[in-house]
Amino acid sequence: MHYRITHRTNYRHSETVPLCQNALWLTPRNDGRQQRHSCRIEITPTPTNRSTRTDYFGNEVTYFMLDAGYRTLDVVAVSDVQVKPRSPAGVLPDTPAWETLAKSLCDDLSNPGIDACQFRFDSPSAVASDELADYARGSFTSVRPVAEAARELTTRLHTDFAYDPCATTVQTSVAEAFGLKRGVCQDFAHVQIACLRSLGLAARYVSGYLRTIPPPGQPRLVGADASHAWVSVFCGPAGWLAFDPTNDLVPSTDHVTIAWGRDYGDVTPVRGLFVGGGHHEMSVSVDVAPIDESGSEIELT
Amino acid sequence: MSQSAAISTTPSVFAGYTSPRGVFDELFARPEEPRPHVARFVEQFTQIGHEELVRRWQQAEKLLLENGFTHNAHDDPSGRVRPWRLDGIPLLLPSAEWDALADGLRQRAALLDLVLKDVHGPQNLLKRGLLPPELLFSHAGFLRPLHGQMPVSGRFLHLYAADLARSPDGRWWVASDRTEDPSGAGYALENRIVLSRVLPEVFHESEVRRLASYFMALQQHLKQLAPQRDNPFVVLLSPGPGTANFFEDVYLARYLGFTLVQGADLGVRDDKVVLKTLGGLTPVDVIVRRVESPFCDPLELVGGSLAGVTGLLQAVRKGTVVVANALGSGFAQAPAVMAFLEPLCRALFGEELKIPSVATWWCGGERERKYVLSHLDTLVIRDAFQKRKHDPVRPWLLSSKERDELVASIKRRPYHFVGQETVQRSCAPVSVGGRCEPWSVALRTFLVTSGDSYDVMPGGLARVARSPETLDVTVSAGEGSKDAWVLSDEPVRPVSLLRQKSERIELRRSGSELPSRVADNLYWLGRHVARADGAARLLRTLIGRLATESESAEVPERQLLLRCAAAVGQIDYRTITNDTPIESTLPAMVLDELRPSSLRSQLATMYRTAWTVRDRLSFDAWRIVSRIAGDFPEADGGPLGFNELLPPLNRTVVDLAAFSGLVADSMTRSQGWRFLDIGRRLEHALHVTRLLSAAAPDLGRDEASVLESLLDAGDSLMTYRSRYMANLQAAAVLDLLLTDDTNPRSVAFQLETLVRHLDNLPHDDRQAGLRTEQRQAMGLLYAVRNLDVLSLDPNPGRDGELNGLLQQLAYGLPELSEAITHRYLHHSGVSRQFADLRPGV
Repeated sequence: MHYRITHRTNYRHSETVPLCQNALWLTPRNDGRQQRHSCRIEITPTPTNRSTRTDYFGNEVTYFMLDAGYRTLDVVAVSDVQVKPRSPAGVLPDTPAWETLAKSLCDDLSNPGIDACQFRFDSPSAVASDELADYARGSFTSVRPVAEAARELTTRLHTDFAYDPCATTVQTSVAEAFGLKRGVCQDFAHVQIACLRSLGLAARYVSGYLRTIPPPGQPRLVGADASHAWVSVFCGPAGWLAFDPTNDLVPSTDHVTIAWGRDYGDVTPVRGLFVGGGHHEMSVSVDVAPIDESGSEIELT
Repeated sequence: MSQSAAISTTPSVFAGYTSPRGVFDELFARPEEPRPHVARFVEQFTQIGHEELVRRWQQAEKLLLENGFTHNAHDDPSGRVRPWRLDGIPLLLPSAEWDALADGLRQRAALLDLVLKDVHGPQNLLKRGLLPPELLFSHAGFLRPLHGQMPVSGRFLHLYAADLARSPDGRWWVASDRTEDPSGAGYALENRIVLSRVLPEVFHESEVRRLASYFMALQQHLKQLAPQRDNPFVVLLSPGPGTANFFEDVYLARYLGFTLVQGADLGVRDDKVVLKTLGGLTPVDVIVRRVESPFCDPLELVGGSLAGVTGLLQAVRKGTVVVANALGSGFAQAPAVMAFLEPLCRALFGEELKIPSVATWWCGGERERKYVLSHLDTLVIRDAFQKRKHDPVRPWLLSSKERDELVASIKRRPYHFVGQETVQRSCAPVSVGGRCEPWSVALRTFLVTSGDSYDVMPGGLARVARSPETLDVTVSAGEGSKDAWVLSDEPVRPVSLLRQKSERIELRRSGSELPSRVADNLYWLGRHVARADGAARLLRTLIGRLATESESAEVPERQLLLRCAAAVGQIDYRTITNDTPIESTLPAMVLDELRPSSLRSQLATMYRTAWTVRDRLSFDAWRIVSRIAGDFPEADGGPLGFNELLPPLNRTVVDLAAFSGLVADSMTRSQGWRFLDIGRRLEHALHVTRLLSAAAPDLGRDEASVLESLLDAGDSLMTYRSRYMANLQAAAVLDLLLTDDTNPRSVAFQLETLVRHLDNLPHDDRQAGLRTEQRQAMGLLYAVRNLDVLSLDPNPGRDGELNGLLQQLAYGLPELSEAITHRYLHHSGVSRQFADLRPGV
């Protein structure tokens, strides 16, 4: 699938902001099944200073600073991304028994091996616990292949947890969200990551977009999409496999990856600090539009 | 044994001193037998005589106290400080032994620097199997945003400290490494300064190597770190007052000539670090970092940290600023890293570690974990990354339940624990109540980069405690300290940081740039000083006047003085009734720490404000401020009679005058001085305004004692008498207190000075006309000048013009204060974080 994604973040302040410094994780990754043809980030007003770099996880970060004073800040990221389906579709690859993998996780001293090892440890927002390990063991039974067990854990989370935007905030810890058994995609992802880490497995947080498909016969609503989050599990020779606990599915061509890290804190889409400004309001809209080869939007009917 | 003979002729402090069996004694090989390099010292030290030593020692303690030498213990939430304790007997180390030790320390610093460079760069140590990836990734001090930075100087570790312990066989061991923001060098320096003053003859005879060489190397190294500048601007970034080492931060910044700053003073513009000063933004070249890495940039590290600088990481990545130690250096001081240093040294340098580390097992390895769990009776357990407070744990002291819990947590998160052999420590004589006791010794040594190696401070900070365990925690623990003397084989040439003849000094008329925050604090210090002064004088007048009369007679000025005291917040008018007269309630109100306007509270606030700008005050000025706050009685010191308040009030008035005198005489006319004076002037004008407003209804009575007490409270009685003798009239009193611009205590005088100060503050030359605050100050000055005191109503209390003016001042002065702070002091604004918006699905 080929998409044009428009991700708009807008801040309105009641007073002038004399100084604002930001870091953006908004550029979709360019690897694996996903190819980024272009990504343009437009910032209004024009920043005094702007630069990019690749972070420790291989994500592209954009930094900018505004010091001329403003009341409204607009950050628009427009990306052109192509996503290939997983192959073979609908079938999980063969993976080792989860205990074997957990035991030898950090023994591989190649670059990908060392990289996988880091996602096995606690991060600020995804902390392992005995309670989570017990819950996870419901799926991770003796010598079960890791992908199969992770797939089932995804389903269980989807079943046991209610999607509820009012139950949690960005500060809610994994332990709290697990107690509540409700939350948003970020909580689902953090709980699943912490479950896997509690068993000694490596799991990472994926920040991205989910394309929404309108009900049959209705037009696609522009801007109705949203940024999304899911998890990716290290499965040994088969590499990393993604799971979406919020929707109980294995991501394929409807999911577009922006960035990954140990948890939300590593890949916050817009992170910023400002001076002054009085009160502020913000709004976000995401539009994931399928396009054809000429770049025109495809109307699904 | 000639030495022993010398000892026995005088009553020696060392008499009867013995050290415990099986412990290495730093000074004595056997009882009464000093080690060869100490023999001469013991002889001389003994000759001084016990009484003389006691006398000198009292002086030294006074010196330390007066210099405000304190340590703020981490655990004390009130931020209270405790005095620094220095023992009079130094630790002596022979030349050859020291050189070998220094060589080993240099090797260790270079090794740790390589480790830091590697984990923040290519991570070859992981790929070569020399450092387990588990260690790196479970280490909370490995901050991913810091990976990939390439320090301009090619070095992470500029400053390094090692805590050493000596085992019974006389060998030194490293008990812990300090790589994040090593502290203690300032304390070592102060110990040396005090001890060399107390024992001048012994010090000179002993040929002690000087510490100054280390500080010179430090100063030079930091200056040459600046990327492309001839005259680099070096700042010392401190976490600020209330933190454990703030005193040392102030002390070092002053000694080394660097500007002391806090996070809010710095900003990043165009990927360059700048200091926000009154005159604008000044580029910063080198930051000596005393803030821990995670708190250094709220944009990319721990959000919401006020100690850091937003955007610092980008500036570091672009190489526009050098941070020493480099961000992330704390990684290397984790006890877990210590477990791997021996093989690392062999692999990287092809040689053995010259000073061994205290044996350490990181529980992240399966074999090591098993070993630790089966040796819980002998090994201490520590946090592998040194995050926990109650460290180390001695399993053999735990109950069996606690021990089970410990084992369970080690098994749950083995990566977070190390087992370590108990540190064995040497002892040294410490004088306690006129005789010596053998206390345990820890020696912290300091290194600074020099060229492609390190310079070692010849000496260090020795800490002593009755029990060796106390010394295992941090530098703030331990019951006392000692100066460490490294003896030289050859005569020692004196060196000093202040004299460097080779360089020609460029003459300057101003000191380093003044951060807005400092200007703000100086402004408030001025206001608090003037406020306390006004209150103390008024209370003195009040007590003096009321106490001299017999209780039955109504003193005519009684009501006036009570109204004045209420107007400046010293008493609560409503609480005074016939049953509870002022005579019985005043002392409690003045000493009430819970009432913000009480004199006791004001003095405390003044002290706290002065504390924040200690580095801008002379030692003498600081001494006076701390004496004022320290000497004034406290509420919990027991009830105080009405008259008993008078002596402390007198002392306070005199000391405040001494402070103002020092400020006037010895503070250079910098912008800092100007802000201090602006604060004083504004507050004093406000004080007189309040007194006059409260007194206005009584002025018409021309009652001599009323006017006299008003003049007394306004510190103008002497002037009045010299002019008008005893002829007291309201108009003349008003003139003196309000409109007379030759009286330095009049409102007019304060306003004139304010106008002059405001003209001299930095401003944008391109802007025509007067600035808001200038206009406001001039408006008030003209209004005061315009008042014709002779044409006032015979009863000034009813005079519309006077009351109008007093009202104008009562509103105008606070507005003026607002305008000044708004223009000059507010632009060091605090950063806020954007609200996080969560992914929506």
